[in-house]
Amino acid sequence: MKQLSVFLENKAGTVVEVLKELKAAGVQLHAISIADTAEYGICRLICDDAQNACQVLRSCGFVSSVTDVFAVRMDDKPGSAADIVEMFTAAGVGLAYLYSAIIGGTPFLVFRTDDSDKAVDIIASNGLSVAEF
Amino acid sequence: MIWNSNKECMPREELRDLQGRRLHKVVAYVYHNVPFYRNKMQEMDISPDDINSIDDIVKLPFTTKQDLRDNYPFGLQAAPQSEIVRIHASTGTTGNPTIVGYTRKDIGIWSECMSRCLSAYGVGRDDVFSVAYGYGLFTGGLGAHYGVENLGGTVIPTSTGNTEKHVRLLRDLGVTGIACTPSYALHLAETMEKMGIKASDLKLKMGAFGAEPWTENMRKEIESRLGLKAYNLYGLSEVMGPSVSYECECQDGSHINEDHFYPEIIDPVTCERLPDGTSGELVFTTLTKEGMPVLRYRTRDLTRLLPGECSCGRTFVRMDRIAGRSDDMLIIRGINVFPSQVESVLLSIPECAPRFKLIVDRVNNLDTLTVQVEVRQDYFAQGFDTLSPFTDLEKLVAAKLKSVLSIAAKVQIKTPGTLARSEGKTKFVEDRRVLE
Repeated sequence: MKQLSVFLENKAGTVVEVLKELKAAGVQLHAISIADTAEYGICRLICDDAQNACQVLRSCGFVSSVTDVFAVRMDDKPGSAADIVEMFTAAGVGLAYLYSAIIGGTPFLVFRTDDSDKAVDIIASNGLSVAEF
Repeated sequence: MIWNSNKECMPREELRDLQGRRLHKVVAYVYHNVPFYRNKMQEMDISPDDINSIDDIVKLPFTTKQDLRDNYPFGLQAAPQSEIVRIHASTGTTGNPTIVGYTRKDIGIWSECMSRCLSAYGVGRDDVFSVAYGYGLFTGGLGAHYGVENLGGTVIPTSTGNTEKHVRLLRDLGVTGIACTPSYALHLAETMEKMGIKASDLKLKMGAFGAEPWTENMRKEIESRLGLKAYNLYGLSEVMGPSVSYECECQDGSHINEDHFYPEIIDPVTCERLPDGTSGELVFTTLTKEGMPVLRYRTRDLTRLLPGECSCGRTFVRMDRIAGRSDDMLIIRGINVFPSQVESVLLSIPECAPRFKLIVDRVNNLDTLTVQVEVRQDYFAQGFDTLSPFTDLEKLVAAKLKSVLSIAAKVQIKTPGTLARSEGKTKFVEDRRVLE
């Protein structure tokens, strides 16, 4: 799964600028997550055609980038996120960050791990289904 | 090519004789026509008869920017108004602007000096040259313009603003040379990239850059992004405008048009004249000007005169790059800080754009320095999804600044295009200190 990340200064109005540019370009968003410090923030987005959205933002002067993340399908019921995260923690795979997304009405857990090879194994051996695009 | 080898390659002894004769003449001229100079000379008990060789220049009084302001608008003008054909004014950030009147002969000499500069850069009759200094009261636009026309090249008076249109003209008219501020050259490069136009789509060969401080690293960046050879052009309106000095193909300092502008280096505090090779404040005396001649004008620019001959064949003395402004110098916690030092640090870090702002403040009686730096988006192309590349860069810039400036600075990373890029002289400093 491709994730779009945008570097932002932590000040009023920067997020709306990003969202307005994506709206103007007709980009469909599935998830947004923001991590911030007092000075800066990283806005992470899941959207259709992340590469194209990244180009749109770059041409508007934003520092942005596309990287790979995992998006694992969750059941829409209590404890489902806990069960998935537990599989990784039990195998000693750390999560750098984590947030949720709704893609086509289905909930997904989006995250990056510190060991993608192991993560791929865990996903396969537990029969988890992942979103791909 | 050397435009006027009779003058530019004149044997030094002959040049000194010429300078001595011209100095005597200009001193007599201002003594009789400018009460400001006559009063100063009478106070110092000297008359034009005391000035018989160029070495006698040290007897003369200095002129400062404040003197020009105090005598606003025409107090230092020596020629009658009927002889003045043009007026320029320098940017007055504080107080009165400086008004400079030119006679027809002044404009002719200015064009001649500018042609010497352009010839040294390789500009000839077949070149199409875009002048992207501001036209108007600022001397940059018209000064360069007349030089190109005088030399027989084709001039395009582009001026500043509407950068996209400018880029299209550069491409469509096959422009081979350009004159603008170094920061505007980088702005052009950015605009070209946004428009998807590459340096190889243009025919640019040479550029004349000046009117604000720039560094060797900035030169390399302009050269690679615009695909041209970048030359320094120096001047100031109080003395003439662009064309006071220029780089030749050796690019080892800028030759001063010494038959018209006599340079000295002084200690900015004691005003004592310093020997060649020593750094200090640059001072100019105009030897041939009629409209508003100046005696020993203190430029506030810090540099040195380079000893020795240049291999290009010109005998005119060379000045080094401007290392800073004696009045731009910030004193932060008692330490002298020049914006050019910050610039050189930033230029050594590829992730940083050469665009910055210094904010000086005083918090709890302690001076603070904040350096705002723009990042370049192309250096983060390989991918990031956390803040660590940015916080690491912040730490790197802070560490490098500390080692160069000897004081700690807080670094703030700004996204591209957020710091103002002026199209004239760039303003780098905001001093918020309120002193009792």
